[in-house]
Amino acid sequence: MTSPCRDNFRVKGYRFGEGEKTLAIVGAMRGDEVQQQYICSQLVNRLTMLEQRGGIAEGKSILIIPSCNPFSMNVNRRFWAMDNTDINRMFPGYDQGETTQRIASAVFSALNGFEYGIQLASYYVPGDFIPHVRMLQTGYEDVETARLFGMKYVTTYQPRPFDTTLLNYNWQLWSTKAFSVYAGQTDRIDLNTSGETIDAIFRMMTRTGIINYGSLGAAYESICIDEASLQHIKARHAGIFYRLVDAGSRVASGESLAHIIDPYNGQILSDIKATAEGTVFFAHHRPVVFQNALLFMIHVI
Amino acid sequence: MMKTIVSTELPIDEQFRIRKNVIQNGRNDGLRFCVVTGTHGDELEGQMVCYELAHIVSERISSLDGTLEIYPALNPLGIDTIQRGIPNFDLDMNRIFPGDPQGTMAEQTAHAIIEDIKGADMVIDIHSSNLYLRETPQVRINVQDSKWLVPFAERLGMDFVWVHGAATVLEATLAHSLNATGTPCLVVEMGVGQRINHKMCRRLVEGILHLMQTMGMWKESPKDRLPQPLVCEGDRVTFLNAETSGVFLTELKCGINVSRGQTIGQIVDPLRGRVLSTVSSPVDGYLFTIRAYPIVYEGSLMARIFNTEEA
Repeated sequence: MTSPCRDNFRVKGYRFGEGEKTLAIVGAMRGDEVQQQYICSQLVNRLTMLEQRGGIAEGKSILIIPSCNPFSMNVNRRFWAMDNTDINRMFPGYDQGETTQRIASAVFSALNGFEYGIQLASYYVPGDFIPHVRMLQTGYEDVETARLFGMKYVTTYQPRPFDTTLLNYNWQLWSTKAFSVYAGQTDRIDLNTSGETIDAIFRMMTRTGIINYGSLGAAYESICIDEASLQHIKARHAGIFYRLVDAGSRVASGESLAHIIDPYNGQILSDIKATAEGTVFFAHHRPVVFQNALLFMIHVI
Repeated sequence: MMKTIVSTELPIDEQFRIRKNVIQNGRNDGLRFCVVTGTHGDELEGQMVCYELAHIVSERISSLDGTLEIYPALNPLGIDTIQRGIPNFDLDMNRIFPGDPQGTMAEQTAHAIIEDIKGADMVIDIHSSNLYLRETPQVRINVQDSKWLVPFAERLGMDFVWVHGAATVLEATLAHSLNATGTPCLVVEMGVGQRINHKMCRRLVEGILHLMQTMGMWKESPKDRLPQPLVCEGDRVTFLNAETSGVFLTELKCGINVSRGQTIGQIVDPLRGRVLSTVSSPVDGYLFTIRAYPIVYEGSLMARIFNTEEA
């Protein structure tokens, strides 16, 4: 696509193997999804070497699109810079529609028809997650394949009206087994969580017979949960947020999770405590919080 | 009487509040009419409409029989920061209704707004396009609600009523959520983002007072006869999207009839001094949307025309 005064807009894909459309992987859909872009670049790098060694299974092909939105990343904007629309809320797209609908349409036509689809996603609420595989409950979700990633958690959730324009919702409706992989971070590269995520995707590709790869690394026996079962902990006060535990921490009932501090006099306004034993699934990460903001999601044991 | 419907602490010594002005006269058990706006922080026409209504009705309170509730700012932080959405929140506020009391702060706010408004006898939800498009004064109604709501819309004195198709994603709007509870809500679009067109605002104020009068809530008749709107039903809107990226130049204003083949504008290349694309109307019709922001990418919406050829 041409631009009024910038370079042409390009979405690049990398193909590995030949044969049936087996797996498509999408990285950054938004301009701040640097961790997602980095993971895809590493996947391309490793698959290039694997293909040279004959490691892609015969009759299988893989497509990787590291970025659907290089324009926004180049100017440090999360959404499409001209009109602030979100490409990931435009699927399946419309080739006669608005700009981001057309981008979504072009991307979807390249992604449609694959047996498996992986999107490296970010969440609409700011915070840190345990790396996990997430699926919408559309009736087409494939929990058993999601377990093959060997990540700590596999979650499902009931779609809301605003979810019906996501890539993965539409992928599922068009018969692709779609998985959102949350790699812990969004706007910064974390080598630990990105490494875990790359290993998990290689594990899934190996276990589904897409690649022949020797070392799978240590895997988890995934816990599968409906997100509605997660316990939400909210801020009773606004103020400076001082977090004491991270995503992934095991916490005991009564343990302090965070303090909310008066921004003027330094007094502790609120000592946020766990009300049950569990694992911190999500943790807010901004240094200040609004009253009633979602601070933690806990998987209660 | 001012009422606060949402009050939440912000991090540093500030209270986030959504407020309404409740103006009541006559019967205590009379009808309740709500005017809401400011869901999108870049849409400002509703500010003047709220001001004019509050001023007029307060000055002529004896003409009111019932309750008028005015909500000028459903997204006060968006208005204050010149942002369409809620700061630090990804989703469009008008895509998260009816909200969720257990959700994020934005979802809790949406829930509180719905709970406060529902049960009203009429709600007018005022929008004013965005930075990119200029709209003729119009009412938009989901096709599922058209039989019920078009007769109300025809009394608002707008130029145009667009009965549009249903879409799952639009089920999360304020209007749809209210209509689904049996609370009638009309969406008004007019003008352009970040600006106020005084003439359009005064027309809508007259239209709202006229609608209140026909509902038996306002004892004064309009000074002038209000125009009857064109009503567009049945998928008869033609969208003109840019074929190429460039700078869109037009001499036209919206709210006019155009004929098939008439030039709507041109997309030009300022570097080479070339016309990249001439934009023509493919139908005879009524131009009710025209692009206001001239930079376009492929696909950018430049105009919407109500196709009157089959009328």
